[in-house]
Amino acid sequence: MTDKQAGGDVRLSGISKTYGSFTAVHPLDLTVPEGSFFALLGASGCGKTTTLRMIAGLEDPTTGTVRLGDKDVTALPPHKRPVNTVFQSYALFPHLSIYENVAFGLRRRGVKSVKKQVDDMLELVQLGDFAQRKPHQLSGGQQQRVAVARALINHPQVLLLDEPLGALDLKLRRQMQLELKRIQTEVGITFVHVTHDQEEAMTMADTVAVMNGGRVEQLGAPAELYENPRTTFVANFLGTSNLIEAEVVQSSGGEVVVTAGGGKLRLPAGRCPDATTAGGRLLVGVRPEKISLTPVADADAVPAGRNSVTGRILDSSFIGVSTQYVVESPAGKGLEVYAQNVEHRAGLEPGAEVVLHWNPEHTFGLDAAQAIDAGVETVGERP
Amino acid sequence: MSWARRNIVVIAGLLTLAYLILPNIVVMVFSFNKPAGRFNYAWREFSTDAWRDPCGVADLCGSLALSLQIALWATVGATVLGAMIAFALVRYRFRARGTINSLIFLPMAMPEVVMAASLLTLFLNLGAELGFWTILIAHTMFCLSFVVVAVKARVMSMDPRLEEAARDLYAGPVQTFLRVTLPIAAPGIAAGAMLAFALSFDDFIITNFNSGNTVTFPMFVWGSAQRGTPVQINVIGTAMFAVAVLIVAGGQIISGRRKKRALTR
Amino acid sequence: MTVTQAPPLSPAPGGPPAHKTPVRRRLVPYWLLLPGILWLVVFFVLPLVYQASTSVQTGSLEEGFEVTWHFATYWDALSEYYPQFLRSLLYAGTATALCLLLGYPLAYLIAFKAGRWRNLLLVLVIAPFFTSFLIRTLAWKTILADGGPVVEVLGAVGFLDVTSWLGLTEGSRVLATPLAVVTGLTYNFLPFMILPLYTSLERIDPRLHEAAGDLYARPATTFRKVTLPLSMPGVVSGTLLTFIPASGDYVNAQLLGSTDTRMIGNVIQSQFLRVLDYPTAAALSFILMAIVLVTVTVYIRRAGTEDLV
Repeated sequence: MTDKQAGGDVRLSGISKTYGSFTAVHPLDLTVPEGSFFALLGASGCGKTTTLRMIAGLEDPTTGTVRLGDKDVTALPPHKRPVNTVFQSYALFPHLSIYENVAFGLRRRGVKSVKKQVDDMLELVQLGDFAQRKPHQLSGGQQQRVAVARALINHPQVLLLDEPLGALDLKLRRQMQLELKRIQTEVGITFVHVTHDQEEAMTMADTVAVMNGGRVEQLGAPAELYENPRTTFVANFLGTSNLIEAEVVQSSGGEVVVTAGGGKLRLPAGRCPDATTAGGRLLVGVRPEKISLTPVADADAVPAGRNSVTGRILDSSFIGVSTQYVVESPAGKGLEVYAQNVEHRAGLEPGAEVVLHWNPEHTFGLDAAQAIDAGVETVGERP
Repeated sequence: MSWARRNIVVIAGLLTLAYLILPNIVVMVFSFNKPAGRFNYAWREFSTDAWRDPCGVADLCGSLALSLQIALWATVGATVLGAMIAFALVRYRFRARGTINSLIFLPMAMPEVVMAASLLTLFLNLGAELGFWTILIAHTMFCLSFVVVAVKARVMSMDPRLEEAARDLYAGPVQTFLRVTLPIAAPGIAAGAMLAFALSFDDFIITNFNSGNTVTFPMFVWGSAQRGTPVQINVIGTAMFAVAVLIVAGGQIISGRRKKRALTR
Repeated sequence: MTVTQAPPLSPAPGGPPAHKTPVRRRLVPYWLLLPGILWLVVFFVLPLVYQASTSVQTGSLEEGFEVTWHFATYWDALSEYYPQFLRSLLYAGTATALCLLLGYPLAYLIAFKAGRWRNLLLVLVIAPFFTSFLIRTLAWKTILADGGPVVEVLGAVGFLDVTSWLGLTEGSRVLATPLAVVTGLTYNFLPFMILPLYTSLERIDPRLHEAAGDLYARPATTFRKVTLPLSMPGVVSGTLLTFIPASGDYVNAQLLGSTDTRMIGNVIQSQFLRVLDYPTAAALSFILMAIVLVTVTVYIRRAGTEDLV
């Protein structure tokens, strides 16, 4: 077993990486608490994998230090760090059997009798019968489990996962997400997980760091990030947000009032940037599932005190559990609304005039100086 | 006629194959000949004399042994030097890459006679004695590039993450190389080595220039084309052909069995 | 849970010093390259330098040679041996064209139509290599022998009349004529054409043929518009691997030809090994090298495939 020290947090301080004139990671401080499941989330090229590789020792940081617990490991080569990695597309040794793949780390550290440990580990990932096969004889899901077993058998202080589920199909991915979460809870090892899939990050991690352009944009628990994005990038990259450009009319008594598209909207001052004052500009955001739709004819039925905007349905798509609407309104071109399919609702066909209304508490404000569409995924951008 | 039109590619391909194989068949058949004069070009009568006494011609088997010896050492030298270059070219970024790539490419883009002649001028100017060593030096030189190309192709198709995974799993640089890089690159290295062996063993032009009075097997054949071709040449040629085909076929069968076994397991 | 994050835009003032890769690790590639490259420099580049120097020397074997910058050697060599140069290029070019013509169908057959015979056919293409090429070249003396069945048949169908008229053969003989030399060259370098062709054809997804057919292309059009362009890398490397050695070859001309079919390789060989006129031999060798390098460079540029190595 690797010597476990007290306080095995991963501490990155002032760590950065530049390649020539390109900065992959800007100086960054980050602490991953011991035993947590931590996700680095971002689009490809945001610096998340580079950060991971600096923790593994596969990349030398340009500046800064990496600490595991009290120990500075910055200068240690990968084979001397109590850290193991589950690589993207697994990197299983093609010339070795599954058994030898899993035993590799133990043998290199001079462990004499590895059989018991390897057998147990293969049992844990339910691959006991496959020990003598070669990696190419296994399915993608099985290979993935071998990669996890090969790393975990060394009882690392930290397990690094580099897009470990990227090569699996959707259904298997969901399954493996739960499986990995189970294993993490069982072994209690710190997991640092790199992914571009926001759902995956939110499902699995206790803490998510959203990265963009080599910087951490925001960091927190998944629900916290989702409900209180602090930048337009986070608001758009994590799920979908309706962002409306607005002008601040009044800010007092813990409430901010803005005008957008001719109408007035209210939101809690606590969910706005600190420098929100009357006369300034603000991006007002609301998540699609928080909005209700009512036909204009029934507008009277909308309870008082809710934020409301009128518009016309451009498009609706039925996707089973919900129906997604795109609504055009003076406040914004393509506002999205997700409505649960509890019962069929008349008068919500494309072309219908509707009122969009939601609880003011569900509204958040963002600094208007940012690009409104940062982090919006466009077709073809996915790796 | 429409059958012929539809299968024109097959017919043309098989004709080419016949063209390729025909001389081998002639060599084989004429290894059982009993020629009238010194030259074994015209058929006279069936005989197994030459097969019963393959070394019956002076210097023939000695030249064969010399060729095998030179090919072996040239293969070892070219493979070690070439594999090192290939690893450096694929795995590291450094200045002068372009120059080095050209230096590797040029020996392959040059008529052999030019290399042969220039090597001879070097040896003459240095006053080196032509023989075993000059042949070995020359063979190692021109086999080198082919090894680099073969090994490079293999190492290039190798996922660099495999080496990272090894380092991540507590293998130091030496262990990583021995346990992961080398085994995975092995087929490329083997291919390069086999190519080097074949090139060296069968080389004539460079040897012709740089051998002095030393007679390798191709040199022996060349000389006999002037003085008279013993049937034993055909025997050796046929035997080499048979042995090589048997090795290839055996390898195919073994790898096929292994594949089958692995799949049914 | 204590998670802290620095303000994103703060490179620590006067921050920690940048880490440097240790010098020893940066030198690794150079150590790997050193022995092999040294070998090539000493036994490939240096000989060319010596040859360059030899080509501008004058003198005699008895009194020794001296560098006199006698460039006239080049001119003399060229004006005396230009027929052999032209013949070499002509023979090598013809052999290359024939190799392409004969090799393409076989490579295509192995890549697309052979099915389970594929490995056997590949072995048959490589197998001739296992017998020394000199022995196999000598076998052509038997095959093309005067009055032999091959020559008889060629004569009977009138083929030899055509080739005689073209100046490729003489009367009812094939041996000791240009046709025999080109036949030998084509035969010897054919596998070097087939293997790269096969490699590039094998990479083509057979579904592309189906797609072309689906998009109204007839088989001939499919070949012209899809297969051939995609196999160009193989065509380029195959023609180079055939043309370069063929242009400097002297074995086929010596064994299968006559004094009228001498190629430049024969001249260089006899100048170096028999006449011992080193300056002329070196100059000829350099001219051949220049011609081949220029031809190859122009060819690669035009074919647009520079990633051959």
